[in-house]
Amino acid sequence: MSDTRTRGRLPVTVIGGYLGTGKTTLVNRLLRAADGQRLAVLVNDFGATPIDRDLIVSADGDTLEISGGCVCCSYGSDLMDTLMALPAQRPDIERVVLETSGVALPGMVASAVTLLPAYRIDGIVVMVDVETVRTMADDAYLGDTITRQLGAADLVVANRCDLVDEASLQQTLAWLAVQSPAARILPATRADIAPDLLLGLRDTALPRLSATLATPGAPDAASLYESLELDVPEDIDAAELGRRLSAPGTGVLRAKGILNGVALHVVGRRFEVDEAPAGAKPGRLVVIGLRRDFDHRAVAEALQPRLSTSLRSF
Amino acid sequence: MTPSPITIFRARRILTMNPARPEATHVAVRDGRILGAGPLEELAGWGPYTLDDTFADKVLMPGFVEGHSHAAEGTFWRYTYLGRFDRMDPEGKVWPGAQSIEDVVTRLQEAERQLASPTESLAGWGLDPIYYGDRRVVRADFDRVSTTRAVGVMHASGHIFNVNSRALELAGLLRPGVNHPGIPLGDDGLPTGELKGPDAMTLVGAHIGFDREALANDENGLRRFAKLCVRQGVTTATDLANLLPDDAVSMMARVTGEAGFPVRIVSFRRFQALTPEQAVEIAVKLKAKSTDRLRLGAVKLFVDGSIQGFSARLRWPGYYNGAPNGLWYTPPEAISGLYKLALQKGVLVHSHTNGDQATEMALDCLEGALLEQPARDHRFTLQHCQLADAAQFRRMARLGMCANLFPNHHFYWGDQHYETTVGPERAMRMNACATALASGVPLAIHSDAPVTPLGPLFTAWGAVNRRTASGRTLGTSEAISVADALRTITLGAAWTLKLDGEVGSIECGKRADFAVLEDDPLEIAPENLKDVRIWGTVQGGRLFPANGA
Repeated sequence: MSDTRTRGRLPVTVIGGYLGTGKTTLVNRLLRAADGQRLAVLVNDFGATPIDRDLIVSADGDTLEISGGCVCCSYGSDLMDTLMALPAQRPDIERVVLETSGVALPGMVASAVTLLPAYRIDGIVVMVDVETVRTMADDAYLGDTITRQLGAADLVVANRCDLVDEASLQQTLAWLAVQSPAARILPATRADIAPDLLLGLRDTALPRLSATLATPGAPDAASLYESLELDVPEDIDAAELGRRLSAPGTGVLRAKGILNGVALHVVGRRFEVDEAPAGAKPGRLVVIGLRRDFDHRAVAEALQPRLSTSLRSF
Repeated sequence: MTPSPITIFRARRILTMNPARPEATHVAVRDGRILGAGPLEELAGWGPYTLDDTFADKVLMPGFVEGHSHAAEGTFWRYTYLGRFDRMDPEGKVWPGAQSIEDVVTRLQEAERQLASPTESLAGWGLDPIYYGDRRVVRADFDRVSTTRAVGVMHASGHIFNVNSRALELAGLLRPGVNHPGIPLGDDGLPTGELKGPDAMTLVGAHIGFDREALANDENGLRRFAKLCVRQGVTTATDLANLLPDDAVSMMARVTGEAGFPVRIVSFRRFQALTPEQAVEIAVKLKAKSTDRLRLGAVKLFVDGSIQGFSARLRWPGYYNGAPNGLWYTPPEAISGLYKLALQKGVLVHSHTNGDQATEMALDCLEGALLEQPARDHRFTLQHCQLADAAQFRRMARLGMCANLFPNHHFYWGDQHYETTVGPERAMRMNACATALASGVPLAIHSDAPVTPLGPLFTAWGAVNRRTASGRTLGTSEAISVADALRTITLGAAWTLKLDGEVGSIECGKRADFAVLEDDPLEIAPENLKDVRIWGTVQGGRLFPANGA
């Protein structure tokens, strides 16, 4: 990983959501799926987020070394200090996964991260428990915290779908769509979502993509997603492409493309144009969507160099 | 075995806080503890004594107990004081209040001239621009102090920094495109130099000398804090939220153990990044390290933020200016879990609640915890608890909860609360000391130093007079008597720390801790209570004149 310094800003995935929504399960899943990618997982505290024991190589105070070159740190109230120190302490780190405390507002945390030039926000993921989220949202103490968390989400993971019947699930998904009108909503069970949705689509990992999505033991997850690999025309503007892919209605959960010397990252309703990693092959775009709402035509149209809005709205 | 020598102090008047004998003329001391207070002939019965007339013209009270302060007040005096009001430093020098932004800049320029190296940073504290009209302090103001060194000033509230261009540059913030609610931008698209909230503040803190390392484990700061305590008649002071790493505990044990250290420090472990199990385990271990002058083993919990920072959690109808509700700092599951386990293990927990919704949450959590883990005498205390209403105080009384209210806020921010944060009606009932006492809630009052200056008599004055900086009186119905106020700054605060059996009154068996006063707080006009002159203290029978060696 000698090319770290040419990779541009470190992507940060913020994972928010109240206690018991599956954040810890997701964090452990991501560590297992890192597959050579060096993650720094920052958690508020290890007590609230127990890292699976078999993943831990060694422990030293606030830092756990994780098999595969990942590291896990608890930050307590010192998130900014931890982030400021990280690049120098661990120059090999390629991506940060930041789990916020249950009552934190992930949008505010993300906003703080943007003050640090070494980082960019890759996406804000908010987890909810579909069985309890609507009751929680009516709670006199916590309701506004829950809805503010949802309002900041790029992706909402509607977790614990196995605990509710189909009718109630559909009602809750519809309710979530109102709370987070711009976010993409992902139904899940045991926080089982395709890790690539959060860990990014590495250039070297393209062939791996479909395999990941069809992970044995997760048939539901595999059938949920669909991915496309597309050639990108030379003359398309990265920011414009990002805007189109992240617009409501496309069903795009995640996309990554290398074009005109820059990298485009899309996570749900958020996109960012960053400098391209050294040696990345240009001209390719990978898009993942929820099979249920993936709008192939919208994706194809997004790649048209010029597109009048009237054409799209017919 | 020969008993230790006895000293009998003669005083003009001794206010004992012992209802069986509220006043006395003499107090007998042996081994740092009180044999008794009363007439000389009665005390002479203890055996041979030395009569000490040092206090013959002074008034003795039980040493004041500051139930909510931070030893960081001692650390802050290494920075330039820029507050709006006069403030006494640990050496007794009174720094006059800054009258204008121009005045603030001039003082920084003077401090800047004392610095040798051209790159050394310059820091100040106590700034409160609300007193200087609508104009904000901007980086150009402090660029007049220096363009080569980082200059930064912490606001009195502790929630905002103002810095110069160099500090922004060092923090990587002197650039367009900064998008953060805590960092206002000027017409040029660059940050104005005002940085609000912990995240934005952390970025520049290290560049202006306010880094964590400077503030933690500060031996000099602790010594200076102790000097301030002596000047204010304080013999027991809390250090209410410390992470208490091992090296800090060792330092504190060593310094407080020195023969000349004049204060009993009660340091609470901050509940942060811990499970309830871990916190209680740490507290139990810390408790075993306690000494006479360093008391450990209690836990401090943050439920919400601050009212003037709009991060306190308010019940309906929320903030007067329509600001969105504040933030929860700890989830209710963690609060309940901590309360229950702490009740089980006998660990004292004090909870910071500023807004009334945070208070309600803490009451709900304690009520639930007590059902599962009944405890007769827990003394769990709500710290600040500024917006609690009468029903909440009645509930506190039933649950055995204590309140440590914050009357200093009336003076420093009462006008702001009246006009902006909570509006007139709630500003009038804020820090409802009279309601707390009438409801039977054990009451303490505090300074939260360094947020406001350490000084229990000033705090008592605030509870008695409820006067704001502009002269407004906030809710006379919540004013308490001088006698009640004096009780809250002695026995009241001691009760919340479970120290009322040791300190807080002058009677047989207790520690010989006295506040030594030049004026009689019961004779002086109540509106002048804050002006009572203080000679110093006696702590554990040792004399500490404020202007002594």
